[in-house]
Amino acid sequence: MITATFEYLRAGSVDEALDMLRRHGDDAKLLAGGHSLLPMMKLRLARPEFLIDLGGLEELRYIRRDGDMLAIGALTTHDMVSTADLSRSDAPLLAHSASQVGDPQVRHLGTLGGSLVHADPAADLPMAVVACSAVMVAQGEQGRREIAADDFFSSPFETALREDEILVEIRIPRRAGIGWGYEKFTRRANDWAIVAAATLGGRIVLANMGGRPLRALAAETALAAGASAREAAALAPEGMEPADDMHADAEYRRHLARILVGRALEQARG
Amino acid sequence: MKVTINVNGEERTDEVESRLLLIHYLREVCELRAANIGCDSSSCGACTVLLDGRSVKSCTVLAAQADGHEVTTVESLATAGELHPMQAAFRAEHGLQCGFCTPGMVMASIGLLKDNPSPTEAEVRSALEGNYCRCTGYHNIVRAVLSVAQQS
Amino acid sequence: MTSPGSILGTRVLRTEDPLFLTRGAVYTDDVVDESLTGAVWVTFVRSHVAHARIVSIDCTAASQSPGFVAAFTGADLGLPDRAPMWPTVPLGMSRPILARDTVRFVGEAVVAVVTTELYQGEDAAELVEVEYEPLPAVVDPRVAAAGGVLLFPDAGTNIACTFEPPSRDEHLFDDCEVVVTREIVNQRIAPAPMETRAAAAVWGADGRLTSWIPNQGAQGAKADFATMLDVPPELIRVVTPDVGGAFGAKFGADAEHAAVAFVARALGRPARWTENRYDNLLAMTHGRAQVQTVTIGGSRQGRVSAYRLEILQDCGAYPAIGSLLPSLTRLMAPGTYDIAKVESAARSVVTTTTPVGAYRGAGRPEATAAIERAMDLFAAEIGMDPAEVRRLNLLAPFDNPHQNGQGALYDSGDYGAALELALEAADYRALRIEQLRRRDQHDIRQLGIGLACYVEITGAGLEAGAPHENAQVEVHADGTATILTGTSPHGQGHGTAWAMLASDELGIAIDKITVMHGDTDLIPEGGGTGGSRSLQQGGAAVRQASQELVELAMDRASEILEVDRADLELDRARASIMVRGAPEAVVSLADLAGKKRLFIRSVFSAAGPTFPFGAHVAVVEVDVETGKADLLRLIAVDDAGVILNPLLADGQRHGGIAQGVAQTLYEEMVYDDDGNPLTATFADYPFPSAAEMPMFELVTMETPTSYNSLGAKGIGEAGTIGATPAVQNAVIDAVAHLGVRHVDMPTTSRRIWRAISDAAADGAIS
Repeated sequence: MITATFEYLRAGSVDEALDMLRRHGDDAKLLAGGHSLLPMMKLRLARPEFLIDLGGLEELRYIRRDGDMLAIGALTTHDMVSTADLSRSDAPLLAHSASQVGDPQVRHLGTLGGSLVHADPAADLPMAVVACSAVMVAQGEQGRREIAADDFFSSPFETALREDEILVEIRIPRRAGIGWGYEKFTRRANDWAIVAAATLGGRIVLANMGGRPLRALAAETALAAGASAREAAALAPEGMEPADDMHADAEYRRHLARILVGRALEQARG
Repeated sequence: MKVTINVNGEERTDEVESRLLLIHYLREVCELRAANIGCDSSSCGACTVLLDGRSVKSCTVLAAQADGHEVTTVESLATAGELHPMQAAFRAEHGLQCGFCTPGMVMASIGLLKDNPSPTEAEVRSALEGNYCRCTGYHNIVRAVLSVAQQS
Repeated sequence: MTSPGSILGTRVLRTEDPLFLTRGAVYTDDVVDESLTGAVWVTFVRSHVAHARIVSIDCTAASQSPGFVAAFTGADLGLPDRAPMWPTVPLGMSRPILARDTVRFVGEAVVAVVTTELYQGEDAAELVEVEYEPLPAVVDPRVAAAGGVLLFPDAGTNIACTFEPPSRDEHLFDDCEVVVTREIVNQRIAPAPMETRAAAAVWGADGRLTSWIPNQGAQGAKADFATMLDVPPELIRVVTPDVGGAFGAKFGADAEHAAVAFVARALGRPARWTENRYDNLLAMTHGRAQVQTVTIGGSRQGRVSAYRLEILQDCGAYPAIGSLLPSLTRLMAPGTYDIAKVESAARSVVTTTTPVGAYRGAGRPEATAAIERAMDLFAAEIGMDPAEVRRLNLLAPFDNPHQNGQGALYDSGDYGAALELALEAADYRALRIEQLRRRDQHDIRQLGIGLACYVEITGAGLEAGAPHENAQVEVHADGTATILTGTSPHGQGHGTAWAMLASDELGIAIDKITVMHGDTDLIPEGGGTGGSRSLQQGGAAVRQASQELVELAMDRASEILEVDRADLELDRARASIMVRGAPEAVVSLADLAGKKRLFIRSVFSAAGPTFPFGAHVAVVEVDVETGKADLLRLIAVDDAGVILNPLLADGQRHGGIAQGVAQTLYEEMVYDDDGNPLTATFADYPFPSAAEMPMFELVTMETPTSYNSLGAKGIGEAGTIGATPAVQNAVIDAVAHLGVRHVDMPTTSRRIWRAISDAAADGAIS
């Protein structure tokens, strides 16, 4: 499987990348680690005329504390996010989530920003950043703007990012020591989730229960009102319309959502 | 476009098509044909090589992305006729049959011990989840990796 | 078989490995040969619809694509259609090399596009415009059998062939106290060798074709080329490079291989092709694909007296080996059991899906799956422990061949011993206690223990006459030796194993022995490797040829040393012939070879196929809330007679077991109702990784066969035959207390959860 032809452009800086985006608009795609985009291009489901490689932008590879936030550069690899001391201590749910992406080879190249922008509804990291109440920092011609993770994912493979913007940073409220839970249900170890659940600080988020990571609001409300984990979990799929596919029908997905949320909540309680 | 890549310790510059995959660069341009293409979807790991010392799937990397970087393939491991400890362990434990997954499996195994020098059996299995083998049932591959971990 | 100090039976490391580990094996796509310089690339345009009439094919746009050389349609080829393998299959079900008027499955090759370079192929291929007039798809063999939509209207039926007993007994179960019947799906799976199919072809100035293809027997592939290309066999040379796994799916040559050879001839240039995984999953043959109905009857005390197996075999779009699989399934229907009345019948039907062929076990895993599930269904019905039911019904140990009533003559067996060994190794009693404990505690993770006893047929041979194989052994003047074999290793390690056999006879070290295979000019005859035949026939031939070579060397030494032949003996330590009691009167095999070529070609004929057997125990954990099943342990007793090299034999067992586990827990080629495959990449087709497997616990048992001098039976397919039903039975056993009696493979979490829910809804036992 071979991609269609394209012109390869290497961005030397974020500004240069933005400039390239402006010039080529619709015909261009940004390449980070390539582990979402290149498979799509090899299947010829994506065929950009210009590929703007951000891989050289070391300025976007970092994990650092910034006040009560943990700031992570968009090009930080899953491997770095999952193994760095800072992310493990300050954002353990995110670090764990990154360790669940693909396999080691994928984690060595795949990036946090790339995965979030790809916005696969079954993926780990979009769910995780919503659970962490993260803030996405997008940079465009007019400068930077912040988008709450809750508002970032719009529909399958679609985000609130504008065409002329680049996701440059992910900011996570530092939550060292707060209980969290993470349950990913797959067939094989390195499959996408059939359903996954993450919970942190009263938030409950599900992956693959709809076209984007969904908060289990009924369950969250019940929990806040003093319901038990079990009672809250029973409400987890409320309002969700999961898909029927080869792996699961909607009824089974709803069932899994209840079970996984219950377990994640138990885990969070410690 | 031109790429300059350090392949197995030797820097070389080649004119390549921008869409050329790293695996095809290695196989067709460098004539290093040990690593194989097994799935085209970055699932199976038969194309695993090291990029700057970390295992990657070279069917999902453009040669252009490796420009200015170091690539290590299984061909570089044995020195002066001596098998690398991982190669020797794969042989001693019968961790290969048809051999197709082997170059990728060996490189992934070397990569995993770099990340985690003394893994448990479960950790070895988990770290090799991106490398498929149809012949061995993984039994002897896992034993080979564990035996190298125990040696060091 | 072994004498003191013999290398046989020992754990010899593979001579193949150093190259495989350093330079990599040389597969078809790796072959560098001067004659292939300037080869063009072939890319196949494949049907994306399951069933349609081809209205038109337009290559105009493609011809403008960079590097375009040519494009060939089925009509351009002008080659004969490939007749079905079996004479009773209607000729109207013949397969064109490239689809001509009708496509019958997604993935069927329609146009061969030729470009200068590999990368240009997909660019040009996507510009080929094929207009299809859709026809209804028929995916379910049960629907196909009813005949509403016909794939081959001229044949007038979707039924490719039927297999009937001499007579049907309507009273088969009349005297049974208990009768259980059940439909069981033995699902369609993809062999998925790591190396996909490939070809490199060039026609010489002498008008001969040389074709490198990955295969399991070059000689059979050569015959296929001759038929497909309609040229005399002597004009064809097939060369087998290293092969990256085959598992039954690389037997012979396929339509695409012939098309590549055709392209090379038409263009007068060498041509190459390597398929990608998507094409491989769609266009290489699939395996299994049976819908079985089992009926089992017997007494409440646990004695089974009647068993009926009815098979509906899905052949896919064109009847290939798949259409014949039921004959092997029927042959082995009663398995290891002593059942008074057994009846089996089968129908093979075509569907608008990928053609079905052989996959590791090919017909026998299906037989074992059916009888072993039936035994558990029977045990559950009468409330008896599955081990006890098996004990009551296993055949008593036998040394004289046993006729199983379905046409198979089992050579030797002690099935009860295998079962007891397996139960002991598993600590079956302790497992049952732990299972009870978890049931009592309503544990979320329930334990399941599954058993399977099996006997299989190996070395059955597709060749005419008694199963046979040839080998040539030659000693050279430099003291090295060369073996030419008609087998065709693709991971099994014949290079090591055959060298061990010759070394043991000749005293030449194995690293001085080269084993060659798979070049039809060098080795015109050969049955290849499949059906677990290689050691018992090919290995036996190597041993026989080696022994005959020693005899020949004795004759020659007798002349040279001027000593009576009876006074000579082989001195293994020196690879020499010496005078008994006078070690200074000696001539080495090498010296003899220096005087005159020293070689023997020998054909070994087996007394018949052999019947390895064993028992597997699987232990699984099922999360009853989610339905997820994980394999914890797999204990395997596999008796394949005398073991030549335990390293290699165990490797075969491991691999087979993993493929069995894969079928039970993970894999299935899934189609939607319109015949669209949903599992056409490795991202979707759930090929398991190391993370899904435990270490396997192998128990040794060696009951020699008298059918060859090695005492060896086949080992290659034991794993898929024994492990598959053991794991399935374990999964069902884990949730049996919740009222579940059966879950079809693959036993996905959804299916298990659904089975638990349905049983609860039915108000079954809790």
